[in-house]
Amino acid sequence: MTTGVLQFDPIRLPPACQELREEVRAFLNEEIAAGTFDPMSKDEASSFNRPFGKRVAAKGWIGITWPKKFGGQERSFLDRYVITEEFRAVSAPTSSYFTADRQSGPTIMKYGHEDVQNEILPKIVSGDCTFCIGMSEPGSGSDLFGATTRATKTDGGYLINGAKIWTSNAHNSDYMIGLFRTAPPGEKNRREGLTQFVVNMKTPGIKINPVINMVGRHEFNEVVFEDAFVEDKYVMGTPGEAWKQATSELAYERSGPERFLETFYILTELVRVLGDQPDLRGAEGLGRLTAQLHTLRRMSVSVNGMLAEGLEPTLQGSIVKNLGTLWEQALPAKARDLAAFVDPDPTNMASFQHVLEFATTIAPKLTIQGGTTEILNGIIARGLGLR
Amino acid sequence: MSDRDTIIVDTAERIFRDLCDPQTLNSAKDESWKQPLWDALEESGLTLTWISDEVGGAGAEMADGFDVLRVAGKYAVPVPLAETLLAGWLLEKAGITCPAGAMSVAPQRAKDRITLGTDGRLSGAARNVPFAGETGQIAVIAYRGDQAHVALVNSADCQITTGKNIALDPQGSVDFTGVTPTACEPAPVTTDDLQLLGAAARSCMIAGALEAAMNISVQYAQERKAFGKLIGNFQAVQHNLSRLACEAAAAAAASGSAADAINSSDTLQGDAMLLEIAGAKIRCGEAAGQGAAIAHQAHGAIGFTAEHVLHRFTQRLWAWRDEFGSESAWAVRLGESVARNGADALWPLVASR
Repeated sequence: MTTGVLQFDPIRLPPACQELREEVRAFLNEEIAAGTFDPMSKDEASSFNRPFGKRVAAKGWIGITWPKKFGGQERSFLDRYVITEEFRAVSAPTSSYFTADRQSGPTIMKYGHEDVQNEILPKIVSGDCTFCIGMSEPGSGSDLFGATTRATKTDGGYLINGAKIWTSNAHNSDYMIGLFRTAPPGEKNRREGLTQFVVNMKTPGIKINPVINMVGRHEFNEVVFEDAFVEDKYVMGTPGEAWKQATSELAYERSGPERFLETFYILTELVRVLGDQPDLRGAEGLGRLTAQLHTLRRMSVSVNGMLAEGLEPTLQGSIVKNLGTLWEQALPAKARDLAAFVDPDPTNMASFQHVLEFATTIAPKLTIQGGTTEILNGIIARGLGLR
Repeated sequence: MSDRDTIIVDTAERIFRDLCDPQTLNSAKDESWKQPLWDALEESGLTLTWISDEVGGAGAEMADGFDVLRVAGKYAVPVPLAETLLAGWLLEKAGITCPAGAMSVAPQRAKDRITLGTDGRLSGAARNVPFAGETGQIAVIAYRGDQAHVALVNSADCQITTGKNIALDPQGSVDFTGVTPTACEPAPVTTDDLQLLGAAARSCMIAGALEAAMNISVQYAQERKAFGKLIGNFQAVQHNLSRLACEAAAAAAASGSAADAINSSDTLQGDAMLLEIAGAKIRCGEAAGQGAAIAHQAHGAIGFTAEHVLHRFTQRLWAWRDEFGSESAWAVRLGESVARNGADALWPLVASR
């Protein structure tokens, strides 16, 4: 059932979720105490940590909503929500499994061949399988349907030729879900002719070239395909109809807590910098940021709750991502303003400056990755009937 | 929403659509629309939404009243419905029977203080009381020492300096000094409770008005042509209207959450309720400012005329964001509370909602 664009039911997480939350916090505190990661250190911050991912899997927290036959627990999306937000709030290193858990697994469950489901889904649930997403190309970023990397039909499968770029984590990934052209664009509909495939990253003919980002890190990559062979069964859904296949998963992908908590550590450090008796300016700024965060989270819980109830709040999902990414992007600059006149330096000033520099540097990407602000505004305008 | 809730909201929609059409009111030469509107609200029982059925009220939930106020915002309702609901809520806390007719409440501003003397007379004044001079009676929180009382006073007994707010709705300063209330009882309620409940009420009204401002802006962009095409086809206009929808969505979510929190809580006090209610008033106030600006930009000059209905919504957005605490005032209070509780308490608080 579709919903009005302003429908945000005031859904609360059920008590069982709050019990799970305590369990998740205890686990994360143990991991922090053991030195697995430091929520406030951005020096060595690699978010890829497979041993950690395996321990998360051992708790049953990857694929928690999935059917038991694939190793899941058939628990609610709100349970998954609690796990995700607690992990994000402390910047836990989730890269080894997060993409697979959030979107690759559900896509395979919905569109994948039974053999592929049985091959891959249990490996995701056990924390042994990392996915990357092959969407952008050197010649097409936001313009997704401009993709030109080809998958040409051959005996028993397809041969892929071309290149994907900005592919986060490709160098750590076991599989990619990629969007490739299996037919020329339709005359009336450019979106036609694109097909989603699951591609094993060990396939001969795939070369991964690092692209170092402006923080000096190797996160994204160029992935070059030269006659890389993919078997027929790795096609997701109907060839040529990939554009029809993104449905409710998209709302989950856009509305999750990861869409506004990426720089949350700045806010907690700001509270420390301002101290227990901030001046009027500090108090007002902190109050506004808290109100904005609370509103975003309530919107996000609402969208996820409505999804769990079987509604399709797809437009609301785009609204959450739009407001959420703009907020987490603006947060470092606001924190910088509010901390400008704190005197004398509080004891955590060095730590605050450290995370502030990091957050300021990564902020530009937040409104680009996974759909830019401009694309989201276009989607919302379409939902309003303007396109 | 339960079936009963839907009935209350549908009733409100029907009354406002029939008797409070923004275009009709905007074109009206006089205020002859006012009495039939108020009579319909009273006859339907909507004015008694926050009074329990044991004492002659509608026996609805708090959330129902907030739903009605959101709908009232959608029609930019220029009568003291929210004030009458708030007054009814106060009077019931004190066990005072709710009179017929429109009421207002005081104090609306956090710093105004009214006291109750041992002779049973009030002293002190309240500024910017909504619809002062227009309602027959005002429910007042007055203190004798630390003990709060709810007093019901006849407006005619008070010194009222009438004026108008930014939306040109009546408001005034009311001097209660020397007035003997027609009823007065001690009550487990504070001026802060009234601030909080009033802030939640205004938040819901802002959400409703933003919804309307969004709808008429989108409609206008689909009708108005410039440069040979509908202005809604221009990407710059589309993106502005998307931002307006995002602000309206934030206001809907924040106010809806606060209403739900109040509905399921015995108290308006505590850190969680402060986050919900202050959070809503702050975010709705911000959305009111940004949303009104975008709606006007989308309309161009026609939206700046007296003839067009847009100002009925935008001027009330500006009025309502000020009343029962501006976003700045609530932000200072929320920020001080967050700072006092410390950095490690912030996430657990946010996640508890």
